[in-house]
Amino acid sequence: MENSQQTALVVKELSCSRDERLLFSGLNFTLMPGQVLLLEGSNGSGKTTLLRVLCGFRDADAGDISWCGDQIDESSYYADMAYVGHADGTKKELTVLENLRFALALNMPGHYSIQQALEKVQLAGYDDNSVQTLSAGQKRRLSLARLLITHNILWILDEPFTSLDRQGIELIETLMVAHVEQGGMVILTSHHDLTIPHMSLQRIHLDSLDS
Amino acid sequence: MTLTAAFFAIIRRDLLLAFRRRAEMANPLFFFVLIVTLFPLAVGAQPQLLQTMAPGVIWVSALLAALLSLDSLFRSDFEDGSLEQMLLSPHSLSVLVLGKIIAHWLVTGLPLLLVAPLLALFLGLPEQAMGTLWLTLILATPLLSLIGAIGVALTVGLRRGGMILSLLVLPLYVPVLIFASNAVDRAASGLPVGAQLNILLAMLLAALVLVPLPTSAALKMSVN
Repeated sequence: MENSQQTALVVKELSCSRDERLLFSGLNFTLMPGQVLLLEGSNGSGKTTLLRVLCGFRDADAGDISWCGDQIDESSYYADMAYVGHADGTKKELTVLENLRFALALNMPGHYSIQQALEKVQLAGYDDNSVQTLSAGQKRRLSLARLLITHNILWILDEPFTSLDRQGIELIETLMVAHVEQGGMVILTSHHDLTIPHMSLQRIHLDSLDS
Repeated sequence: MTLTAAFFAIIRRDLLLAFRRRAEMANPLFFFVLIVTLFPLAVGAQPQLLQTMAPGVIWVSALLAALLSLDSLFRSDFEDGSLEQMLLSPHSLSVLVLGKIIAHWLVTGLPLLLVAPLLALFLGLPEQAMGTLWLTLILATPLLSLIGAIGVALTVGLRRGGMILSLLVLPLYVPVLIFASNAVDRAASGLPVGAQLNILLAMLLAALVLVPLPTSAALKMSVN
């Protein structure tokens, strides 16, 4: 997926407000392969809003976002990114396997097969369980398994550690490290402090941006 | 995967979901049967009157049943985040939306098609109008799903969108109702119905082409 331009997410002078309230303005950052960006800030500081802007779900008031040198709408951005938000994006009536097969049908295939991904997130053997029988933490791990089976460079994760136990958190951190070492990028919000060593970690504190 | 694979995958998934939620999905069909069967009870034993009213009764009931089933089109996808994932798919949202509409029709429109002739018989619709009734249902029930999709896409983000949805969609359903029931009515009296059927066909083809684009735009707005 190498373009003539280097793979990078560049955000320039981004600002966004909600209900007349300025959430952030003048936000600049560049994310290169192998980097992790951690968004911090108090509740309501606009972390989720920023992620939704980066996903293209909502428009920013000003500023621009480019991927490999092009505007995100005109580049391969959507083929190269994956998002896991508050809502899992899984169907509770369908089985684990059916959910992942559908996710795969909507996207390009990635590094891992469905079976490998299920083993990675420790859900092997749950293939035919319907999602409503899974626990909250298992559902979270299932939605993260989607990241492994589809092709993507950039992961956008909104509070990926919610409802995971310590083991689960370690597991996700391991997956993130593996992804970044393969030249991937991760943007995430989290209340937990990341315990990932040797990684190029950027931090943006949203509270300190609005002046 | 290719766009075609994604298109069929979404139809398959929605049919599977409908099968898993079959009680919920059967609701509009029950509703349809219920309204039609209540008419003779309310009107009384006047076969002549029922026979004249049959095309109208069947079509109004079909339309209300379709309206009742519309909300299920995007609601659960919106609530569980599947819609966001569809938006992020590199495939065209319009094509995926068309897949969802087709699945919706297979689940809600097709059963009406199978039950309607029985109910028509029950109301005493002349046999010569049966074929026309079928044809209007084949042409116009997909039209109901298509037109409704725009309305649902616009209102899915609202907490209580049901009332607005009816207000938005019903006026657009009126032409379908007029041409469809008129065609059945004329067929019952042995008159030619070519014009009405052609208009329904034209509306269906136009909707197939024109609906997916604004629907996907409206869904993007709703997710915002």
